[in-house]
Amino acid sequence: MELKLTLNGRPVTDHIDPGLLLIDFLRNHGCYSVKRGCETSGCGLCTVLMDGRPILSCSMLAARAAGHSIHTLEGLQEEAADFAGFIADQGADQCGFCNPGFVMNTIALLRENPDPTDDEIRMFLAGNLCRCSGYDGQLRGIRNYLESRRNQNRA
Amino acid sequence: MINIQNYVQAESLEEAYQLNQKRSGRIIGGMLWMKMARNTIGTAIDLCRLGLDAIEETEEEFSIGAMATLRQLETHPGLNAYTCGAAARAVQDIIGVQFRNMATVGGSIWGRFGFSDVLTLFLAMDTYVELYKGGIIPLETFASMKQDNDILVRILVKKKPGIFVYQAMRMQRTDFPILTCALSQVEGAYRAVIGARPARAMVIRDKQGLLKGGITEDSARAFAAYAAESAPTDSNVRGSAAYRTHLINVLARRSALELGGMNTWN
Repeated sequence: MELKLTLNGRPVTDHIDPGLLLIDFLRNHGCYSVKRGCETSGCGLCTVLMDGRPILSCSMLAARAAGHSIHTLEGLQEEAADFAGFIADQGADQCGFCNPGFVMNTIALLRENPDPTDDEIRMFLAGNLCRCSGYDGQLRGIRNYLESRRNQNRA
Repeated sequence: MINIQNYVQAESLEEAYQLNQKRSGRIIGGMLWMKMARNTIGTAIDLCRLGLDAIEETEEEFSIGAMATLRQLETHPGLNAYTCGAAARAVQDIIGVQFRNMATVGGSIWGRFGFSDVLTLFLAMDTYVELYKGGIIPLETFASMKQDNDILVRILVKKKPGIFVYQAMRMQRTDFPILTCALSQVEGAYRAVIGARPARAMVIRDKQGLLKGGITEDSARAFAAYAAESAPTDSNVRGSAAYRTHLINVLARRSALELGGMNTWN
């Protein structure tokens, strides 16, 4: 079947199998930031934005994305760079495998809630699992980013 | 892994219904649970183009389309004002935001899963389901029916004056619940809903009038004991029957105290 969607701002048309998952479609189109992890919809590694909302690309048929706008980390690198450095500064990532999904969901969080509390950060990112870090580094990184942004706004 | 041979975005409920009468047809909701199965689906029927993805509020009721997501339940201001925040509390520990952006209310209710926070929540309210062929029936009736080939179109919640509390016990956030508990007082009548027993949620009405004279520490404890006696429990990998029965005592008592404004655990 034919699939037309917008991928990272560019229109894409392809012929796909009806059962193709969105994650496989995206990786077939060079979006290797999208990782396959648990395959049970629980780890957040495959997070992408569909019409701005974070979803799990491992659990959606590519066909359902027809007519929608999909963003992966490849298309949001500038926005991600704003805070990803703060996370790196905390040594929050070890193996880094969870990072793209984590960054994508953090982008969604900050778009929806530009100044979240620690609890709001924990709640929003609860669906992103990291088996290395224990999450405190990521929390510190986001907290430092928010503080830095507040300082910039004051200046 | 699931194998899908054909995919159709239905143009009408009638088209979806006709496709669903074939043994190989399956309605896909959020597809999150279905995806874990190992079987072949001849035609995956998607309702995503039928405008069933909204929560509409009138003076009398909430009308929740089958394709509305759990995240919409979590963030809908009117629904959460009516349920005293119970709607958000019931779903906010279901995996993560991404999952809740995909999981549908219709899929959760249609599945009548034992572990369902969503079924527990809605059974605490005056809730009905609208089936394409079966018409509008009480959710409590629907919950005890076997699955057939009808289509769940929307959930209707009558805005009767009430107060609601939701509690659940999980081994850790984002896991399946070991026990779910919703307590409500709707037009003066109390009901507890106990789910993840691990069987599907059941309604326990305060037939003995234990809370009728007001909620106190003693009446809350008595009602919780009554709920624990009334709700059969069983064992699975998440907890034993005895532990679940103990949890009913704890969560129902806490819920009653919270409903009575005496304490809060959320």
